[in-house]
Amino acid sequence: MKTNIPDHATASVAFNRDESYVDWHDETLWFVRQKRDRAAMALPEWEDLRETASQIKNHVLSNLDGLLEEFERKAQANGITVHWAVDAQEHNQIVLEIMRGAGAKQLVKSKSMLTEECHLNPFLQKHGVEVIDSDLGERIVQLRGEPPSHIVLPAIHLKKKDIGELFHKYLGTEKGATDPQYLTEAARQHLRETFLTRRVALTGINFAIAETGGFVVCTNEGNADMGAHLADVHIASMGFEKIIPKTEHLGVFLRLLARSATGQPITTYCSHFHRARTGQQMHLIIVDNGRSAQLGRPEFRASLKCIRCGACMNTCPVYRRSGGHSYHNAVAGPIGAILAPNLNMRENADLPFASTLCGSCSNVCPVKIDIDKQLYLWRQVLAKEGYISGVKEAGLQVAAKVLASPTLFKWTFRTGRMVMRTMPFVVGNSLNPWFDDREMPTAPKESFRQWWEKIREKANAEEVKNVEAFEKLK
Amino acid sequence: MPSAPTPTSRERILAAIRQNKPSLQPLPERIDWGAVPTNLITPFKTMLQAIGATVVEAADYETVRAHVRETFPDVANIAVTVPELTDLADFSLAVADPHDLELINLAILPGAWGVAENGAIWLTEQEMVHRALPFITQHLALVIHRERLVATMHQAYERIRVDKTGFGAFIAGPSKTADIEQSLVIGAHGARSLVVYLLG
Repeated sequence: MKTNIPDHATASVAFNRDESYVDWHDETLWFVRQKRDRAAMALPEWEDLRETASQIKNHVLSNLDGLLEEFERKAQANGITVHWAVDAQEHNQIVLEIMRGAGAKQLVKSKSMLTEECHLNPFLQKHGVEVIDSDLGERIVQLRGEPPSHIVLPAIHLKKKDIGELFHKYLGTEKGATDPQYLTEAARQHLRETFLTRRVALTGINFAIAETGGFVVCTNEGNADMGAHLADVHIASMGFEKIIPKTEHLGVFLRLLARSATGQPITTYCSHFHRARTGQQMHLIIVDNGRSAQLGRPEFRASLKCIRCGACMNTCPVYRRSGGHSYHNAVAGPIGAILAPNLNMRENADLPFASTLCGSCSNVCPVKIDIDKQLYLWRQVLAKEGYISGVKEAGLQVAAKVLASPTLFKWTFRTGRMVMRTMPFVVGNSLNPWFDDREMPTAPKESFRQWWEKIREKANAEEVKNVEAFEKLK
Repeated sequence: MPSAPTPTSRERILAAIRQNKPSLQPLPERIDWGAVPTNLITPFKTMLQAIGATVVEAADYETVRAHVRETFPDVANIAVTVPELTDLADFSLAVADPHDLELINLAILPGAWGVAENGAIWLTEQEMVHRALPFITQHLALVIHRERLVATMHQAYERIRVDKTGFGAFIAGPSKTADIEQSLVIGAHGARSLVVYLLG
């Protein structure tokens, strides 16, 4: 890979430097996964809901043009100004022009992974617009000059002492203070001031309803509402796959979303916007940015069904131990790893390899995206397109030869066992990254095949005896 | 020869979708599940308590009034949109600018529908008067009749017309965050507490 972004494995080394953080990260996300399990298991119809959500999204992908046109018509009738953006650049330019039209130089923004994907904040800052992210986790990472490391839990890579230090520096909290209640209160006061003074608010969109021309935004903190209802101009940005056909489908998705994300029965605030309040302007930006290309890849288009719950991240053994920043993409984890190569194969060729292919992600996905299968398929596409590093390719070619020949296979493993028994330092040294964080296993004296050949006759004789005994019983 | 007009972004996006979309997949016919429990009050109360709200069963508005006075003694700047309880209000909502609402300590609003499976309460801007009100207030009280409870979100959406007003929301509990080391903190940006009065 010719890129200056460190690949996932390299970036994970930095994340793994402090073991206490990794353990905490791993255990905490697994705890969130368990909360998800309890919430899911409390509903007997859970699997039916997943299947239905999946079918609704399959329909959406097959009728995106019709649904978007219907949505636009209804939204315009509701007085919403609808914009279309082919790519990130156009999206950002539209936001900037709305800001200029409103004569505003400050924007308050609630959570929107799309604007992360579009790198809206640096673009606006370059053009003299100050952006404040109002979700607590996003504000924390923004003050640190970092992107979110998780789509639902943006600051999950940090401990309270890090946030205490950060707030002491920027919000004037007491030095050494780490009480989450106290720190949250400080952020509440600081952001209340922001909400009260910003004239333009930008929110993401969880679901846009074609039938009614409105949209739903879900937050636990109430920050999207605080921003939108106090601003003169409300901008809402959506990737075009956020469209759903009917209001009744919200029942399915809202039942699944929070339970999958955090194990809550529903997000605290599920706000349904249809028309601007009197005197307010409402703009909505429908963004493509590579989505139509992904739609044209039959084996990968199901990734567009994603409702951004983060369940696949919480359950992923690789994500939990490597952290979101290792994925160098707005959306990390398993879903990010199948979305990112579509945006840029060269830069993201490492991501589909950041997986054990265990399939846990697909098992928890509320819209049944075949994430593990797509990770596997991306590896093949990336290899075919020549985006695999020479070392990996050479290694796999050797593996392919060895696995294709029984003689070579037997010889390789016999030699391997011998080396590991007699000269373990040959493999277990600093030149072999496999042993960086692993204990050397003790190599057995014989292989399974040797063991089986030895006992086969005895086992066969046993079986004959058993069959005879069984025949007698009859 | 005049060149063809440059297609707009809208046209380009829709054309790319038409070219790349799969063949039409049917929508599922059934979207309603869950046996309807005969008693909706118990699960509704349990859920609300689990998500950090307080539930008070009140036989009538007089009971609500007494409880509000007891729970929020000496609290000024109370806004009320429940017609039967306007006497509790000392903050007039006849303001043009929603920023003026920032002083409100307690807002008492009627809920339109309550959902037993998750404790969510639906209200529209008709009940809110100002959209910002249930979010900007320091504390929130919602009053809902027990016959306005439904079992699931499916049933709620059967009864709601989401575009009847310009804005409506399901509110489930006080505002919360766990963004600092996954420690649950009640009172992020919205209301610091929620009390639900279950009437009747």
